[in-house]
Amino acid sequence: MAGLLGRVAEARDKQAFSELFTHYGPRLKSFMLRKGSPTEEAEDLVQETMIAVWRKAHLYASDKGSVTTWVYTVARNLRIDRYRRNGAVHLTGLDDYDEAADDTPSDDVVNRSQEDSLVRAALAELPGEQSEILRLSYIQDMPQSEIAEKLNIPLGTVKSRMRLAYRRMRRGLEDLA
Amino acid sequence: MKVSHHLDQSTIVSYASGTLDEALSAVVACHIAWCSECRQAVRHAEIAGGVMLDELAPAKLSATCLDEIMARLDDESIEIEPSRTNHGDDGSISGVPRPLAKMIGGRALDEVEWRKVGSGVWFHDLPVSEGAKGKLRLMKIAAGKAMPEHSHGGMELTLVLRGAYRDAIGHFGIGDIADLDETIGHKPVVTPDEPCICLVATEAPTRFKSLVGRIMQPIVGI
Repeated sequence: MAGLLGRVAEARDKQAFSELFTHYGPRLKSFMLRKGSPTEEAEDLVQETMIAVWRKAHLYASDKGSVTTWVYTVARNLRIDRYRRNGAVHLTGLDDYDEAADDTPSDDVVNRSQEDSLVRAALAELPGEQSEILRLSYIQDMPQSEIAEKLNIPLGTVKSRMRLAYRRMRRGLEDLA
Repeated sequence: MKVSHHLDQSTIVSYASGTLDEALSAVVACHIAWCSECRQAVRHAEIAGGVMLDELAPAKLSATCLDEIMARLDDESIEIEPSRTNHGDDGSISGVPRPLAKMIGGRALDEVEWRKVGSGVWFHDLPVSEGAKGKLRLMKIAAGKAMPEHSHGGMELTLVLRGAYRDAIGHFGIGDIADLDETIGHKPVVTPDEPCICLVATEAPTRFKSLVGRIMQPIVGI
């Protein structure tokens, strides 16, 4: 994926772009539908996301994460922007962080490509009640309070399950260090 | 920047999943502009988002979707985003983290319109969209001033931008964030040397414990 995005960034390569679309387009539509967008709007958001990928391809930095993580943040931010009327506040995307000198140096690129599979493995092993919370949050777009209401559990329990799930992912990533 | 108080991991997950309220998200964005540890944590939580996106069963797109996108790529109005040149500046010198600088139009903290809401307390409200549940504002509290003890109907995020305060949890200086949920009450006291300026997001009206606090609430509006 990084190779394809690189070709878009450097050569504005439409063949590479359409290959990215083939992989991400249908998943992005699924993502938008599950977050509650009606079909037409979901497709519209897919288009917006892919066009943003085209416009911002050169801003992607492989030392900060995988292409998939980056596409996720682009899609997430676009969807949020659409539902916020005056757009005063913008979530920070992977390409948008203020860099500090103490950030992980960029020679960790090889490790970055392994991060997704480590997180994938950690997520697969989560206890059901933790992975359910993550799914409701990331995919179903539910704030903590709505999750608590839906599952009929205290808000504090939602928070503690989120923390536990996060720590497991983090522990999975520490294997890299 | 040396940061001693960080975001709760559940706040990091909610921010990364895009489900944190807009006002709270704005404070998180400002904190992670200054705090490499929390920035890294958000990055990790975003990997989970990418993994979950990738594992979704693909949905069928309309036959014309790619053609429509391709046609738009040739459109002159689709501009390539300029590269960012200012990556070194995180606003730690001006005291305004970059996401906040955008919200206050590049002004300094002393240049915004401060509205006096009580003795030694000033607010500057920041706009959020209609659907947002939380309130977002800059607060300036005079040196040495004690705020009435209060808890919160929901989450409260406080990022110190200038000066410092102390409460039962500890000492909060520049860059520190207090990530409080509805179960925690506190009584912040500003350190005596200089006023304290914070960026504060509250999810629901703050609840004061004392009668004085409850009387002050409608006046202060927090």
